[in-house]
Amino acid sequence: MKYLDEFRDPVAAKSLVEAIRRSASQPWTIMEVCGGQTHSIIRNGIDQLLDGAVEFIHGPGCPVCVTPLEMIDRALEIASRDDVIFCSFGDMLRVPGSKQDLFSVRARGGDVRIVYSPLDATRVAAENPDKQVVFFGVGFETTAPANAMSVLHAKRLGLTNFSLLVSHVLVPPAMTAILSAPTNRVQGFLAAGHVCTVMGTGEYGPLVEKFNIPIVVTGFEPLDLLEGVRQLVELMEACQRDGSSAELRNAYPRAVTDIGNTVAQQALADVFVVTDRQWRGIGMIPQSGWTLSPRYAEFDAELKFGVGHLEVQESAECHAGEVLQGLLKPNECPAFGSTCTPRNPLGATMVSSEGACAAYYQFRRLESSANA
Amino acid sequence: MCLGIPGKVIDIWEESGTRMSTVDFGGTTKTVCLAYLPDMEIGEYTIVHAGFALTRLDEVSANETLQMFADLGFLDEELAGTEGQSSRETA
Amino acid sequence: MPEAGQVDPSNWVCPLPLRETKRIVMGHGGGGILSEELIENLFLPAFGSAGGVSRDSAVLTVLGGRIALTTDSYVVNPLFFPGGNIGDLAVNGTINDLACSGAQPLALTAGFIIEEGLELDVLGNIAQTMGKAASDAGVAIVTGDTKVVGKGSADGLFINTAGFGVVPEGVRIGPERARPGDHIIVSGNIGEHGVAIMSVREGIDFGTTMTTDSAPLHRLVAAMLAAVDDPNVIHALRDPTRGGLVAATVEIARTSGVGVELDEAKVPIPESVASACGFLGLDPLQVANEGKLVAFVDPAHSEAVLAAMQARPEGAGAVIIGRAVEEHPGMVVARTPFGTTRVVERELGEQLPRIC
Repeated sequence: MKYLDEFRDPVAAKSLVEAIRRSASQPWTIMEVCGGQTHSIIRNGIDQLLDGAVEFIHGPGCPVCVTPLEMIDRALEIASRDDVIFCSFGDMLRVPGSKQDLFSVRARGGDVRIVYSPLDATRVAAENPDKQVVFFGVGFETTAPANAMSVLHAKRLGLTNFSLLVSHVLVPPAMTAILSAPTNRVQGFLAAGHVCTVMGTGEYGPLVEKFNIPIVVTGFEPLDLLEGVRQLVELMEACQRDGSSAELRNAYPRAVTDIGNTVAQQALADVFVVTDRQWRGIGMIPQSGWTLSPRYAEFDAELKFGVGHLEVQESAECHAGEVLQGLLKPNECPAFGSTCTPRNPLGATMVSSEGACAAYYQFRRLESSANA
Repeated sequence: MCLGIPGKVIDIWEESGTRMSTVDFGGTTKTVCLAYLPDMEIGEYTIVHAGFALTRLDEVSANETLQMFADLGFLDEELAGTEGQSSRETA
Repeated sequence: MPEAGQVDPSNWVCPLPLRETKRIVMGHGGGGILSEELIENLFLPAFGSAGGVSRDSAVLTVLGGRIALTTDSYVVNPLFFPGGNIGDLAVNGTINDLACSGAQPLALTAGFIIEEGLELDVLGNIAQTMGKAASDAGVAIVTGDTKVVGKGSADGLFINTAGFGVVPEGVRIGPERARPGDHIIVSGNIGEHGVAIMSVREGIDFGTTMTTDSAPLHRLVAAMLAAVDDPNVIHALRDPTRGGLVAATVEIARTSGVGVELDEAKVPIPESVASACGFLGLDPLQVANEGKLVAFVDPAHSEAVLAAMQARPEGAGAVIIGRAVEEHPGMVVARTPFGTTRVVERELGEQLPRIC
């Protein structure tokens, strides 16, 4: 596959690893805030390749994992209704709510459908005028433009039976929350490349300045990740060596520009408004989410189905929050592999394959398995 | 988040006022919404996420990056030939 | 009456109008005249047993030996997909289960659970496909059963086929027989069937020229056995259907108590499979195959077995992709092209497309 396979070349990977090891005078702690990057790091063993030079803390980058529990319960409530066709991205189906997940709703007769794109859901709505069609609009800034377009498209088509259950989360506020925590150990950030294709890189400069921490916008393929780490290590070494201030760099220039996609940004500003958002396992981060603008209230599933009041209790045994903040490694959690497994997940970090716990479980190393 | 892979735009049309396209990923094609890239042209590459083209893939930049990796490889060979002069920190 | 194999399935037309109905009705499962007409005019001509007496069970003469017996039910949705339909799977899938025990398949049964309202054209097309697949494989469909269930109860059509065959003297193939040191061979490209099915599945459909790889593998297995003096050097065989290559190797690893090391770079994945899995976020190693097998072979004889596989069309792409080891028994470990390793696990249920 063009422009993909070339960025998986093992020979170039070896050169990059050697370059990183040459320049690292000490071990560095790096965080990525992107589920896709977490998946790629663990699946390709990037952390293995850099063992000793770089420690990865996997941040709360999986929107599936951080979708608040009450939002899952609202989704389940809506999906259970007879007149509803509930459409969702595949990875949401196994995320546990307080008592069940979307799969169990389907088993009980709920019409729950997996779609690849939110526009597929508008198509379902157009084809089923006697049903209410709801799309579960989760994701970071990368997915928000797709979800926004489903609303705009539905409006253009005059659909009255389509609505969106919105639970968007934003990256920069999450990074701010992590960097502001007194327990923070992160020395450098890999910024999420595809979020930046939409939003540009402008939001990260202020973070670099405020916290004096280098940030490198990075892609997803092994060579992209290694190059992102290489630049980050270079910056961290420079800061330490000669006290120069931290910088923002773009290591994914083929896909990311400074201004991002302005057409998408306009749609986002039109369809969504910023709101405080609960992050599952972390708590409330102010101004860290998007919800549907009152201008599009007729497409707001929370209003249409009156589910905004649902309140929930997280499992006391689940330490997903600490894992998401990088304070605990998945295999250090007392429940890991015993009461919490992909088969019976306590929290969303074990359900989604991007969740750090599931990734550890799925791709776990032989050394840790020998002790399991 | 953000599972997105590059593909080539091979067809563009309008559907109910929304700009749509066919993108070729190499052996598979998918209908992709092009609403956010109004000046995208057939033959260009884009990165697709959840059925939407989000950005033009800059082919010149991609090749420059790949060249940089190749150059790093030559540098490696040179350095390997001068053992003892590079400092490598091991775990 | 037309004989099986002589009617083009796409032009299939029922020779006798079945009571002017174009669809299956509950009565077709009632055991009365409608049922008889369905069997006489739709199934029997398709399966080539025209002229035989319909009876409750088939009686066959078999030379002595060990009998292999298997059953499988086919519930694939949609019924038709690029390159084939449920009928291909129902015949080839069951033949392959027999082949993977080293058995030469002799006969199949075919049970149909039909949803009320299914078009007769569709059913006829599928029956014709089954007749042709069985005939191509040299296997007979000797007995069957038909039931009709109410609308909404069966996704159009469910088929069960049971198969039986004879295992040649001296052949001892089973998932418990893998040994450390075994070479692991896959017979060709992986992921083709799963991608073909997904391409027509609502919600995630896409365009591709990929077609199902559904094919009978008993002749391939016979060639593998013929290539060696002692059949015992072929230890285990499995067709990687649901759950893909991962499920097949994990199951053998667990049953035999060996570890498995796979070399990712050696696993043959066609570009269409890679790109479809790419934008859906799926792992090609977990995608279903319907015309491939995985073999665990004594390393001293793997070259001979490999050559025999490559000489046949259904094994032309055969390649060694890994080996069984003593370490980490029951676990499959993949070595990435970067030299790193990852433990490969089966999915809990189905693989789900993801956005992350």
